[in-house]
Amino acid sequence: MATLQSQDIVRRSATTFTPPAARHQIKVAKLIDVSKCIGCKACQAACLEWNNLREDVGVNVGQYQNPHDLTANSWTLMRFTEWVNPETDNLEWLIRKDGCMHCEDPGCLKACPSPGAIVQYSNGIVDFVSENCIGCGYCIKGCPFNIPRISKADSKAYKCTLCVDRVSVGQAPACAKSCPTQAIVFGTKEAMLEHAAGRVTDLKSRGYKNAGIYDPPGVGGTHVMYVLHHADKPQIYASLPNNPAISPIVGLWKGTVKYAGMAALGLMAVFGFMHHVVAGPNEVTEEDEENAKKLKDAAE
Amino acid sequence: MSKTHSEKSSTVQRYSAGARVNHWITAGSLVLLAISGLALFHPSLFFLTALFGGGETTRAVHPWIGVVLFFSFLGLFFRFWRANLWNRTDNVWMSKLRDVLAGNEENMPEIGKYNAGQKLVFWFMSALILILITSGIVVWDEYFYQYTSIDQKRYAILVHSLAAIAAISVWIVHVYAAIWVKGTIRAMTRGSVTGGWAWRHHRQWLRELVAGKATGAGK
Repeated sequence: MATLQSQDIVRRSATTFTPPAARHQIKVAKLIDVSKCIGCKACQAACLEWNNLREDVGVNVGQYQNPHDLTANSWTLMRFTEWVNPETDNLEWLIRKDGCMHCEDPGCLKACPSPGAIVQYSNGIVDFVSENCIGCGYCIKGCPFNIPRISKADSKAYKCTLCVDRVSVGQAPACAKSCPTQAIVFGTKEAMLEHAAGRVTDLKSRGYKNAGIYDPPGVGGTHVMYVLHHADKPQIYASLPNNPAISPIVGLWKGTVKYAGMAALGLMAVFGFMHHVVAGPNEVTEEDEENAKKLKDAAE
Repeated sequence: MSKTHSEKSSTVQRYSAGARVNHWITAGSLVLLAISGLALFHPSLFFLTALFGGGETTRAVHPWIGVVLFFSFLGLFFRFWRANLWNRTDNVWMSKLRDVLAGNEENMPEIGKYNAGQKLVFWFMSALILILITSGIVVWDEYFYQYTSIDQKRYAILVHSLAAIAAISVWIVHVYAAIWVKGTIRAMTRGSVTGGWAWRHHRQWLRELVAGKATGAGK
């Protein structure tokens, strides 16, 4: 979307320098209270509406989740899980609004090879700048949450922008605005953590002893957080990772291998050049030619 | 000076026209792959994507060049694999690497069509290209996205990068050797080398040629 200015950028993909980020904004966050969600999908509709995207009519496979997965158009998706609580033997219908978590340490940005195709603003929002996107899919490999999707229409990667275009003019994201139960709220990260703490206290008082905030430290915290009634096992919420972090394989690829690989190639070239400087060319002598001729003549 | 005459009479055929064309298709695609691949490997080389019409076209065209390279190299493989089989002399050659680098070929055993270094280049390239095409297909999202998991793709791209670094290193050795050993490049541009070149670097091969046992051109 890229509606904020360059001075708001704190991180830029495939860029060796750190942007000076002259303007400092307050860190923002979206809080999704899973315990309050009724699965109405108003957020999904609002997301498509605000971003002026439409989803093709899908196929019913016997559950409420629709579409079946995040797509290049559907940047948010209600994931429905029917879970039997082993302690109470009750069926619990877990509904988690999935989408970009806006990591403080974004794996997509780390993996991206195209300068400025992924940026992070000082308010914490991680944004894809489509005109710089080359559609390589590296962001998919970098993401610990399996969020970005490549569009069939233009071969570029898309995901939730946290409505950066709305946030930059002081509005809440479209999903938060549309939520009828206020399960989705938006504000400063500090305020959201405070609000979440109050929700956790409330849930605990009503018997959810493992209620808690999902703000995973493995990615430096996120700018989209959850309140979970069972925060001790996030994986029951449609495979929300327990302790997400950028894959060490991606770290190796974008760290040691990148630098050591370039160094190795440089050294090879320098070694070749120096060898020539020291040893000189390996030339055929007159004697070699004569010997070859003698050998030929002898055979004839 | 009857240079033309003397040169003509003392050259030996090393590569057929087919082998040369095959080699240069492989060489061209490998260079294009290295440039486009490195452009997406390190941010400071991203500007190289401009040579391919921008980042998007670089991303789109790189795997197709890879397909060309794979089949082109396959041609080279079937032409040359037999001549690259390892033998006892190659161990001797390897044990005298210091003499090789110093250019003291009088201390070396007589060599057949390929020396151990050339054979290593051949076998390393064969293995690396196989690794590169396999790992490359895994991360070719346009057509093969649904066949592997994201974690498999992460491993594939790491392996692809490492194999590419190794392949470019082997390529540097290959190109440098051709520059260093004078009279080598004409084998691939004209197909022939001088008798003296063959005597100096591949005497056993020259003896076989003269005795009529071997054919000069890679079939």
